[in-house]
Amino acid sequence: MEEKKEIDLDNTRSSQKGYNQPPSFARLVWREILHDKFALVSFLLFLAIMFTVFIGSTYADTGSSGKVNLALMNKPPSEEFPLGTDGSGRDMLTQLFLGARNSILIAFGVTILCGIIGILVGLVSGFYGGRVDNVIMRILDFLAMLPTLMFIIVIVSLIPKYNVFTFIVVMTIFGWNGKARLIRAKTLQQSSLDYVQASKTLGTRNIVIMLREVLPNIASLIIVNLTLNLAANMGLETGLTFLGFGLPFSTPSLGTLISYARIPENMQRRYWQWLPASLLIVVMMLCINFVGQAVKRAADAKQRVV
Amino acid sequence: MWKTIVRRILILIPQVFLISLLVFILANFMPGDALTGKIDPNVSPVRLEELRRQWGYYDPWYVKYGRWLGNALRGDLGESTAYKIPVTTLIGERAINTFWLSLVTTILMYLLGIVLGILSGRYNEKLPDKIIVFYTFIALAMPSIVFGLINIFIFAFKLKWFPMGGSVGVKYIAGTLPYYLDRIYHMILPALTGALLYTVGIIQYLRSEIIDYKNSDFVVTARSKGVPEKKVYSRHIFRNALLPVASSMGYDIAFLLSGSIFIENVFSYPGMGKLFLESIQRRDYAVVNALIILFAVLTVLGTLLSDIIMSLVDPRIRIK
Repeated sequence: MEEKKEIDLDNTRSSQKGYNQPPSFARLVWREILHDKFALVSFLLFLAIMFTVFIGSTYADTGSSGKVNLALMNKPPSEEFPLGTDGSGRDMLTQLFLGARNSILIAFGVTILCGIIGILVGLVSGFYGGRVDNVIMRILDFLAMLPTLMFIIVIVSLIPKYNVFTFIVVMTIFGWNGKARLIRAKTLQQSSLDYVQASKTLGTRNIVIMLREVLPNIASLIIVNLTLNLAANMGLETGLTFLGFGLPFSTPSLGTLISYARIPENMQRRYWQWLPASLLIVVMMLCINFVGQAVKRAADAKQRVV
Repeated sequence: MWKTIVRRILILIPQVFLISLLVFILANFMPGDALTGKIDPNVSPVRLEELRRQWGYYDPWYVKYGRWLGNALRGDLGESTAYKIPVTTLIGERAINTFWLSLVTTILMYLLGIVLGILSGRYNEKLPDKIIVFYTFIALAMPSIVFGLINIFIFAFKLKWFPMGGSVGVKYIAGTLPYYLDRIYHMILPALTGALLYTVGIIQYLRSEIIDYKNSDFVVTARSKGVPEKKVYSRHIFRNALLPVASSMGYDIAFLLSGSIFIENVFSYPGMGKLFLESIQRRDYAVVNALIILFAVLTVLGTLLSDIIMSLVDPRIRIK
């Protein structure tokens, strides 16, 4: 009863003012996805993959991934092992579930952390300007010059014991730079607009202006950037793990599974050990990119299909 | 403009200094040293300790850094502990391999990118464009290692068109024609792998550029003057759209260098990217340090080069 009253109140209020709220960004994105067959299929497929992987990995026998079973070594796909077994006799399907889960977790973790740091630094730098901006920009310039990939590899080889979390932190250290730069540029643009000046004159606290007034106005751009970045991070993690500078062997990621192909024997005759992981990563990145394109169109009124 | 160029090169000096310091401190935290891996039964532990002391292993990092910096300023980057040759010689050898691979990759990349980008832009929303756009999506979603592996699997294993890896067959004598032909033969597959993936940026840029120009005033004017459609494209649209693409080559240096770490390792091509990983695994810090600095400097110089060309080509862009 209470709730209904609330809604009614809202409706009358907006009609009294005589305008309709513009559709929210989430609504625009959803509309864009519904109108793009590729994006819709990608979105559903990605959800399905995530669902399967997380359900599959919780039911997976995690204890078995550390064990070696010589009797079951390198078995081709069969009814018992739908994707065969690896050189230590482990079920590849279980490995695939665990690996995909770790890869997805890392990709999301890195993207979200980079987003948060980028938003904070970018907002502060762009909003305050002047000396603060100068100092931050010098730091960003220096970070931009570092060969990121090499530094990640050096640091990973430094840490004696690492897991999913440490890996996320290492990748984040070198990943937030670009985001901060983008958000700073957009904040700088917004800060010169009248609404920010008006709000300042009214005596709104800076932090409120930044987080509740500027941020919502640039949110759609940030979401676009982060969505497209998700796929890139997934690819980077896979690549690093493949080279042996990502997750340790006992914690599989899709990169670990793909690196089975580095042994010529496996590549030539045991396609079931590396091909499923390779295809899965491509399909996931493809899905993310298709959805990302729809999000991008939704953020830019000029490109919108609907 | 000269002022800015000089200034940006001058800024590079403290930056390189900082990077080398950073790498040095990091390397100091690395577990083990070059002697850990090769315990020679003929060398007693006492002798090993002596060697370590002699090499200054127990000095604090700032003493080591001072020593390294002093030598580096004189052009001596130390000796590779794994290969027992000066770092500059070692990197020089590998750099040539990376250079040739990058050059072939760049040529293929631009050839593909320009042809596909023009097709895609010109026949916008028609079948060729749709196919090319779909291709760009696939290429964007393809990690270079996966694409490299698939290419090795299909073209080297199954079809046996190309070698599995390496840079040249052992039976050839350096300097002869078959030797160079074999090197090119070894380069084709890794270069194509890189080019097919990295060309996406060029395609997307050219496509949007051409689509933008299609309805711009000067194109409409040209058309209304009766310029045939073919000439409208070749004389008016392409010329404008291609200039920025051509001048962005400097930016590709950073791309190709970091890409080389993946591509060279998948194809076991003996360039700098492969040397870097080997050196890390062997705790060959002198090489690691020199390579990181080299990559950083090349990246910055590449960006600077592109900025300069860009401002020369397009007077609207002035570097500040």
